[in-house]
Amino acid sequence: MPSPETIIQFEAIEKRYDLGGEAEVRALRGVHLVVQAGAYVAIMGPSGSGKSTMLNLIGCLDRPTAGRYLLGGTDVSRMPDDELSEARGRMIGFIFQSYNLIAQLTVIENIQVPLIYQGRDIRAYQEHCAKLAEMVGLSDRLHHRPNQLSGGQQQRVAIARSLVNDPLLILADEPTGNLDSRTGTEVLDMIDRLNAAGKTIVLVTHDNKVAERAHRVLHMKDGLIEREVLNRPTPHGNGAPAGHP
Amino acid sequence: MSPLSFQFLSTLRLGMKSLLLHKLRSVLTMLGIIFGVCSVIAMLAIGEGASYSAQEEIKKLGSDNIILRSLKPAEDAKLAGLGRGGTLDYGLTYQDGARIQSTIPGVRRVLPVRIIRENALFGPNNVACQVLGTLPFYPEIVGLEVARGRFLTDTDERNIDNVCVLTVGLAQRLFPYQDPLEHSVKVDSFYYRVVGLVREQNLPEQRTQQGTMEGEPLDNNLYVPLSVSRTRFGEVLIRRSASGFEAEKVELHQLTVQMRDAAAVESADPQIKTVLGRFHTRNDYEIVVPLQLLRQAEQTKRIFNIVLGSIAAISLLVGGIGIMNIMLATVTERTREIGIRRALGAKRRDITLQFLVETVVLSVGGGLIGVVLGVITPLIVSQLTDMKTIVTLWSVLLAFGISGAVGIVFGLYPAKAAAQLDPIEALRHE
Repeated sequence: MPSPETIIQFEAIEKRYDLGGEAEVRALRGVHLVVQAGAYVAIMGPSGSGKSTMLNLIGCLDRPTAGRYLLGGTDVSRMPDDELSEARGRMIGFIFQSYNLIAQLTVIENIQVPLIYQGRDIRAYQEHCAKLAEMVGLSDRLHHRPNQLSGGQQQRVAIARSLVNDPLLILADEPTGNLDSRTGTEVLDMIDRLNAAGKTIVLVTHDNKVAERAHRVLHMKDGLIEREVLNRPTPHGNGAPAGHP
Repeated sequence: MSPLSFQFLSTLRLGMKSLLLHKLRSVLTMLGIIFGVCSVIAMLAIGEGASYSAQEEIKKLGSDNIILRSLKPAEDAKLAGLGRGGTLDYGLTYQDGARIQSTIPGVRRVLPVRIIRENALFGPNNVACQVLGTLPFYPEIVGLEVARGRFLTDTDERNIDNVCVLTVGLAQRLFPYQDPLEHSVKVDSFYYRVVGLVREQNLPEQRTQQGTMEGEPLDNNLYVPLSVSRTRFGEVLIRRSASGFEAEKVELHQLTVQMRDAAAVESADPQIKTVLGRFHTRNDYEIVVPLQLLRQAEQTKRIFNIVLGSIAAISLLVGGIGIMNIMLATVTERTREIGIRRALGAKRRDITLQFLVETVVLSVGGGLIGVVLGVITPLIVSQLTDMKTIVTLWSVLLAFGISGAVGIVFGLYPAKAAAQLDPIEALRHE
C-alpha cells in the first residue's frame, strides 16, 4: 500500500539492454525498493552492479523493461517521453558529479532553467531564485558564468538549481566526485541540511565516507540490492575533518 | 506580455546568446545566406532594369507600327561587287505602299521614305549625310522634335519645292558660324533652302537609316519632300566606287505602316506579307514588328529571370546546406547541454524549438543583411555603369521569404536530431 509519504516505490523493476542479436544485458533483475519522504538513501556498488541504471530509472531518465515504478504515487514506468520529461522537471532535482551547468548562462539563469521547462513565468520567480543563490552562498555571483566559478561554487549552483522546482526528491550522482575533500565536505553538509529540512535525498556514490552520512545504504550487486545497511541518523555536525592524508 | 510570448522571447534570447558565443562562426554561417539573398535581389534588379530599358526602347518604336525596309537581295549583292553590268532593281515600291493602304484593314496611314547617301555642301563645308525623301507626317510617326522653323508641308510636296529640314547635328557641322535658316544647302547639283531644324528623339533602331558605315554620325539627316527626292535624284541611284559605278533602282527604302491600334498589328503582319509576296519574287524587304519585339523581349525577360533566379536560388540552397552543416556540428558539440536540459525537464519539442530558433535567427538575420546589401548593390552597379536597375518589392520579399524557409527547412533536421538524443547518452557525452 503506497502511503502518501512514499516517494519511491519500485516493484520488481527489471532493466534489460538489448545489445543486438542474442546478446542482452540484464542491468536490473527485479528490484524492490520503497523510499519514504524525508529519507536519506545512498546507493553503493561496484561498477556494473546496476547503480547507474537505478539512478537513471529513479530520475525518470529511462523506463524499466518490466515492473512498476511509482514516483510520488504516480506510475511513471510506462509514461511517454513528454510526460516523463514533465515528471522529471517537476518532481526531481538533479545534482551531478560534473555539475552540468550550462556554460553560456549566468548563475541566476542556470538556476532558472528548470522553471522555464515547467512553463513558468520566470519573472515571477526572480526573488525565489535569488534566495536560493543566497542559501548556497553565491548571492554575490549571480551574474557570473560557470567558468568563472570554482568547482565547489559550481556544485552549489547545481544544488540551488535542483531546489528551484521544490522537487519531491533530490537525486545526487557522485556529488563530490570532482571536488577536493574540503569543498566536498561543504557540499555534503549542504545536502545534509537539505535532508534535515525535510528533503528526500537519494545519492549514488562509491565513497564510504559519503555513504556514511545517509540513513540507509543500499549495496548493489549484479542487478539486485544485495544488502541494506541502516545507519543511525547521524547528528550532522560540521563533519570533523577526516584525519587521514 | 503574455507568458507564452515571453517564453518565446526568452527562447529567442537564448538562441541569440548561443550564437553570440561563437561570433565568427555565426557570421561565417550567415555569409552563405547573405550572399544568396543579396544575389537574388541584385540579379533580379539588374535583369528587371535591362528588360525595362529594352521594353522602353521598343515601345518608342511604336507598338502600333509595322516597319518595312528594303533589302538588297543576297544574289544581287554578289553582282554589285563586280562593279559592272546593269542596274540593280529591288526593294519596296510606291505601288506597295498604295496596295497596303488600300487592301489591309485597319491601316491608318503609310509613310514612305527614300534614303539617298549624298554630300551636303555649304561654302567650304562638305558633310556626308543621308537625304531622306518623305512626307509631312514623318515626325509624328518617327518622333522628331522640331527645334526651329518648321517641318516639310503638303505645299512643299505638291510644289516640289527645293526646301529641306536639317537635323541639329548636321546643321552644326554645315553651319558652324551661320544661322542655317537663312541659307541654302547644296546637295548634288541643286540648292535647297533650309526651313527648319529637327532633333532626333528616337533611337538607332527606329531611325530611318541605311547602311552602317563605321564612324559616321547617326544624326546627319537632311529631309526633303518625297516628290523632290523623286524628281531631283531620279529613281536610279548611281554610286561611284573604287571599281567603277554602281547603279541601283530603289523606289522606297522604307515603309512605316501605322495601324489604327496595336490590336490590328497582329493580323496585319501576315496580311502584308501575303500582299507583298505576290509582287516580290525575291526576298528584297524585311518586316519589323515592334509589338512582336516587345513580346519577345517579355519572353526573354521571363527566361532571364528564371535563369538568374535559379542561380540565386542555388546559392541560397548552398547557404542553407552550410547552415545545416554548422548546426549539425553545433548539436554534436552541445550534446551535453542537450542532456542537461532534458534532465531538467525539457521536452523533445523544447529542444527542437531551441535549435530551430537558432537556425532561423541565423538565416533570417543573414536574410536581413542580405536584403540591405541586395538593395545597395544595384545602386552601386547603376552608379558605376550606366545599366538601369530596378529593385522590385516582390524580389525582396521572395529572397527574404526563401531565406526564412531555408532556415526552417535546413534547421529542422539538426533540431530533430538534437531532440532525438537519449538524455542519458547525452549526459555522458564529453
